[in-house]
Amino acid sequence: MAKTDEVIRVPFLMKMEYRYALGAYASRFFQELKDHGRLFGIRCPECERVYIPPRPVCGICFVETGEWVPVSDEGVLVGATVVRLPFIDPMTGERRPVPYGMGIIRLDGASTAMYHFVDETDDAKLKVGRRVKARIRANRKGNMRDIECFELVD
Amino acid sequence: MPQKVAIIGTGQTKHAAKRTDVNIRELVNEAVTRALIDAEVQLDEIDAIMIGNMEPFEGFMFPEHWAVEGWGGYLKPSVKFNTGGTVGTTTIAASYYYIAAGIYDTVLAIGFEKQSDGHTQTAITTVGDPVWERTMMAGAVGNFALMASTFIAEGGVTDEHAAKVAVKARHNGARNVNAHLQMPDLKVEDVMKSELLSWPVRKLDMCPQSDGAVAVVLTADHLAKKRCARPAWIRAVTTAHEQQYMGDSPKRLAVMRSQTAASRRLYKMVGITNPRKELDVAEIYEVASWAELAMYQNLGFCEPGEAGKLIDEGVTLMGGELPVNPSGGVLCTNPIGATAMIRVAEAALQVMGKAGEHQVPNVKTALATGYGGNAWTDAMILSASF
Ligand SMILES: [Zn+2]
Repeated sequence: MAKTDEVIRVPFLMKMEYRYALGAYASRFFQELKDHGRLFGIRCPECERVYIPPRPVCGICFVETGEWVPVSDEGVLVGATVVRLPFIDPMTGERRPVPYGMGIIRLDGASTAMYHFVDETDDAKLKVGRRVKARIRANRKGNMRDIECFELVD
Repeated sequence: MPQKVAIIGTGQTKHAAKRTDVNIRELVNEAVTRALIDAEVQLDEIDAIMIGNMEPFEGFMFPEHWAVEGWGGYLKPSVKFNTGGTVGTTTIAASYYYIAAGIYDTVLAIGFEKQSDGHTQTAITTVGDPVWERTMMAGAVGNFALMASTFIAEGGVTDEHAAKVAVKARHNGARNVNAHLQMPDLKVEDVMKSELLSWPVRKLDMCPQSDGAVAVVLTADHLAKKRCARPAWIRAVTTAHEQQYMGDSPKRLAVMRSQTAASRRLYKMVGITNPRKELDVAEIYEVASWAELAMYQNLGFCEPGEAGKLIDEGVTLMGGELPVNPSGGVLCTNPIGATAMIRVAEAALQVMGKAGEHQVPNVKTALATGYGGNAWTDAMILSASF
């Protein structure tokens, strides 16, 4: 048998589809977002943190949450970057066009933050501490993309 | 009384971007063979095998199927772990618990990843919650960039500090034969001029993607003393988890709550009150230069806001008061399922006096950490005596 140094690699492409059940708390959050374009968090009765995503239990106090509270569609950037590295968009399987802005946003009235797109690609403008406002889509489907992105407001 | 546990041997592959010369079983076998030789242990002395791997990267559900061919696991008990970036330290922690509990005496722990077989950045997307986070995921780079931006806003660190950390890692890695990246001549300005991936993170601020495997032989004290002149004793192990969503701790990189909690608990277990003075070396899981700076603070090597000063003063360089990652760290070598276990193996090499060109003199106490999952921390102390 001939000895070979040739390296053989076998390609394999896999497409898998998932359908995640949201559960009661996320369902209520997205129903409210879809029907009225409003954002809600849920408050822990002990530490009074207001959580987005809403959840049945405060992980820090380990007590049941329960009180739904409206939060603003405006907030502040606690993290910000312009992504320049091409990256496969998990929703489409296609390469996401670069550059695009991203932020960690703490909405007014919430204790936690969320990751979302920010409509700004200038590194000098997209800075921690800047105020942002959610751009909510007119046609909503009940998912995170009902918030199209955030935009700088001040 | 728990059994005392020691590391008596380690083995690593030559880590590289693409090890297409071997398949996954052959890659792992390289590390296993080296670990068994290093420990002077026969396969039939191994009571059980613990396997660490991140399956989504290779797209293979049961890597433990390969146990027989790759690491001699025929009819032996074996357990698989998959905890993200921490998987390698989690696998060591589990091995430690099994031996400490008296269930097994000698355990072979293995960590591996062959990233060139799969698509890393896409697999990392599945770390994000599918409903709340995945749509917006931007891979490890985007995530670390967001976190670094928060850290910069807290004050005390600049891109020059980050570049110094990146250079330190590559200079150390150049003295480690197993390290993937070998860049002995890298300069601070090279890092600061490298491609901007996502502000403030530049290409040379990030770890590479590597193929590699590591294996560690752990054993109970009655065997360790007989088998090894200078074992690395595992003095204490702990692990701490964060809340579930990425935004739950808005300042995740500046204030790594799990890292602060785990390290303080660990220091208390062994009576360390001043880690900078009492640790002789640290092998920490720094995926980006910026993360290492944040970890200086969160692991208690300096006060908050003084991480930049620590690298400026050379405290963490080879020859400094507390050398951090003499191996070159994750910034030189990142086969994810192996990466955290490499930290432990390297800390053990330092304690055993077997680190060769990258040996720190007279190491008695070493810290090893894992970081990943959703901002989880594993941490352990290795020492020359127990
Ligand atoms: Zn609470």
